Amino acid sequence: MNTEISAPARKTWMSLLAQADEGELSQLWLAFDRSPEFDWLRPPEAGGVMVRGRMGGSGAPFNLGEMTVTRCALTLADGTVGHAYVQGRSKPKAEIAAKVDALMQTEAAQELRRVVLEPLRQAQQSRKEARAAKAAATKVEFFTMVRGED
Amino acid sequence: MYVAVKGGERAIDNAHAWLAEERRGDTGVAELSLAQIREQMSLAVNRVMAEGSLYDPDLAALAIKQSRGDLIEAIFLIRAYRTTLPRFGYSETVDTGDMACDRRISATFKDAPGGQVLGPTFDYTHRLLDFKLAADGEVPEAPVADPRMEVTPHITEFLQGEDIIEREPSSQAVPGDLTREPMSFPAGRAVRLQSLARGDEGFILGMAYSTQRGYARNHAFVGELRIGKVPVEMEIPELGFAVEIGEVELTECETVNQFKGSKTVPPQFTRGYGLVFGQSERKSIAMALVDRALRWEELGEDNLGAAAQDEEFVLSHSDNIQATGFLEHIKLPHYVDFQSELELVRKLRREAQELADSMAAREAAQ
Repeated sequence: MNTEISAPARKTWMSLLAQADEGELSQLWLAFDRSPEFDWLRPPEAGGVMVRGRMGGSGAPFNLGEMTVTRCALTLADGTVGHAYVQGRSKPKAEIAAKVDALMQTEAAQELRRVVLEPLRQAQQSRKEARAAKAAATKVEFFTMVRGED
Repeated sequence: MYVAVKGGERAIDNAHAWLAEERRGDTGVAELSLAQIREQMSLAVNRVMAEGSLYDPDLAALAIKQSRGDLIEAIFLIRAYRTTLPRFGYSETVDTGDMACDRRISATFKDAPGGQVLGPTFDYTHRLLDFKLAADGEVPEAPVADPRMEVTPHITEFLQGEDIIEREPSSQAVPGDLTREPMSFPAGRAVRLQSLARGDEGFILGMAYSTQRGYARNHAFVGELRIGKVPVEMEIPELGFAVEIGEVELTECETVNQFKGSKTVPPQFTRGYGLVFGQSERKSIAMALVDRALRWEELGEDNLGAAAQDEEFVLSHSDNIQATGFLEHIKLPHYVDFQSELELVRKLRREAQELADSMAAREAAQ
């Protein structure tokens, strides 16, 4: 078990897993092709998180509305703990996310990053870029009509 | 007096069976899948998420299917489901400045950094029925251009430099939550915004329109309207740091409104704010107008007696689930109530008749 996991690194992969498309994540997990022994610390449960905004985008906070989130926690045989808080109500997605979170703290990290996290990140990035490219095509280019008075 | 009435079980069961059949419609026509509703009725899905106050497109699609497209009924289903969910906590405040904008327009600044990005809008369509959609058809791919991946700054930031628009005081105050404590008045702006964000689009639109027509006039420009996805972060208690738990699509509207100034404040523009789940442009603009109208007291304006200035009126009537519950309950059996009214009216009529008879008899005797 690696105890030198930095919070920012863990935050990055947990965030990626939270937003992952369930189908994509389970396919990549299958490709990783290892199913570690584990015990539940907290079996998957769906719940709500109240999303907060700010007045005027930057002022005092207010409660906007809830979103669905599924969470779980587990331990691997060596005692490594994995947590998942993922968007939506899918328990299988939360389970995979918690396993990945746990294994990322072990020597499997490099392989996991290559087989699961990196393809996930690339898919997410290309989806974002595809939308941004369509948005960019709808940007207005103003031009001024020259009036022929002189 | 309450009289327990039994019966009707068979009629109710059969009515529900028929409802299921009618919901399905002609079985010769292919059944709708949830994915079809989610993908192709996405603005209906957005409205159900916004007013159901729960961001989950698949659940909203299910609710729309179950309610046969009656969106208020679908919102009711989502609200009921919501109450069964354990609350894991509150998110960090979302940063709309960090939004990946599908659309971003300003009616006040033509050359705003980041530009005027129209996005997938109905604006500038001719509102002519497109009969091509009645037939199956391939949609051509939308054109693309070089993606802009930088952050798009808020328009109000530019005005704030000159202090020509009011600043939103930053605060860490814990906002009230109307899903936890019943609403009381004065509600305060945080609870007002929560209530408006989940309020009925039609009601909020009507209230906003009334301010434009002269009831609590405050002349709004759309300083900025943006639609896109933002990540949602929450602090995970087990870890002691925040992670992204997902992303939500939001529509944000900031209005720039007139303000005369006062003894202590030089003239500057004021602001109204709208923030709604999903692509919900009309609702978001309307919300910003109503938010601004409700701020009259804080900004030292006159109470003109306009409905949109009356916090209690607006907030008490904007929730379509409360409204429909109270409205529609009058169709349910009120046999005993009505029986007592019936007897009262008969008695009053009998008394009126007796009085008329005795007057007539007295006149005849004179």
